[in-house]
Amino acid sequence: MRSKRLYSGLMALVVAAAAGCIPDVPPEALTLQPESASLRRMQTRRFDTTNEGELLQASLGVLQDLGFELDEAESNLGLLVASKQRDATDALQITGKILAGALGGAQVPVDVTQRIRVSLITRVISASESTVRITFQRTVWNDLGQVSRYDTLDDPELYQEFFFKLSKAVFLEAHGI
Amino acid sequence: MVARSLTLVLSLLLAACATVDPRLLDTEQSQVQLRSIQSRAFDTTDKEQTLRAVIATLQDLAFVVDKADLKLGTVSATKLDGYLLRMTVSVRPRGQGEMLVRANAQFNDYPVTDPKPYQSFFIALERAMFLSAHAVD
Repeated sequence: MRSKRLYSGLMALVVAAAAGCIPDVPPEALTLQPESASLRRMQTRRFDTTNEGELLQASLGVLQDLGFELDEAESNLGLLVASKQRDATDALQITGKILAGALGGAQVPVDVTQRIRVSLITRVISASESTVRITFQRTVWNDLGQVSRYDTLDDPELYQEFFFKLSKAVFLEAHGI
Repeated sequence: MVARSLTLVLSLLLAACATVDPRLLDTEQSQVQLRSIQSRAFDTTDKEQTLRAVIATLQDLAFVVDKADLKLGTVSATKLDGYLLRMTVSVRPRGQGEMLVRANAQFNDYPVTDPKPYQSFFIALERAMFLSAHAVD
């Protein structure tokens, strides 16, 4: 009787531990954050046109200038999805790997390649204006073929440069929102 | 004769073992329960505006859109923030004057079955739609 109770107690522990292994979605992942508004401002510009097709064409031109390949497009919803694969080797990381090797240390993985993806969405917001919003994200792989980093790029200069090029391409001034 | 019956017994045994891995079809949870966690109805008939609101919400939540199709009424998107969160949202008319929005998410290698993340997503979508969401059975 006693051993049976012990056994069921142990089983409950094992089940609880196994259930604990399933990772929970971080609560902030699908919740609007205080910084969502500033992110939106950084990623969005307003243009004095309601011609979505023209905005999409000009945006595609800028993405091509920046070396992106088009993956998907749905002009009925004002969407472009593009990506590019680039070298991600970093001199500092490689020096670290060589040093660790020389000291007889463990295998230190170094980043080798990265994929940068963007989605760009146009939207008519009034009788005379549209917005363009772009988001950049990146996945980095190391020399063991593992993903070493997943992130959304939030350097304001990246977005400023993109919109500077886009406003030249559409011959329209890009306004903040 | 003995060999034949042995083969029959063996193949029956093997067939009994070959059950489908439950992870392939995610059959652990009640499909009806999951569908109601993942779905909401909105009082609108405008599919395009609903899809555009879904896209805007996903962008506000720092997703990059992977695909969208107006005719099919779908959007899928990925969020990378030290983890990988994928989401597919479908939109279709329901009854008279409603659009049914269903979202399903995958977190790294696991399906998201907890109601909380979906509740958060629909709260954010309500704001973008300027409409309140109704629970569906």
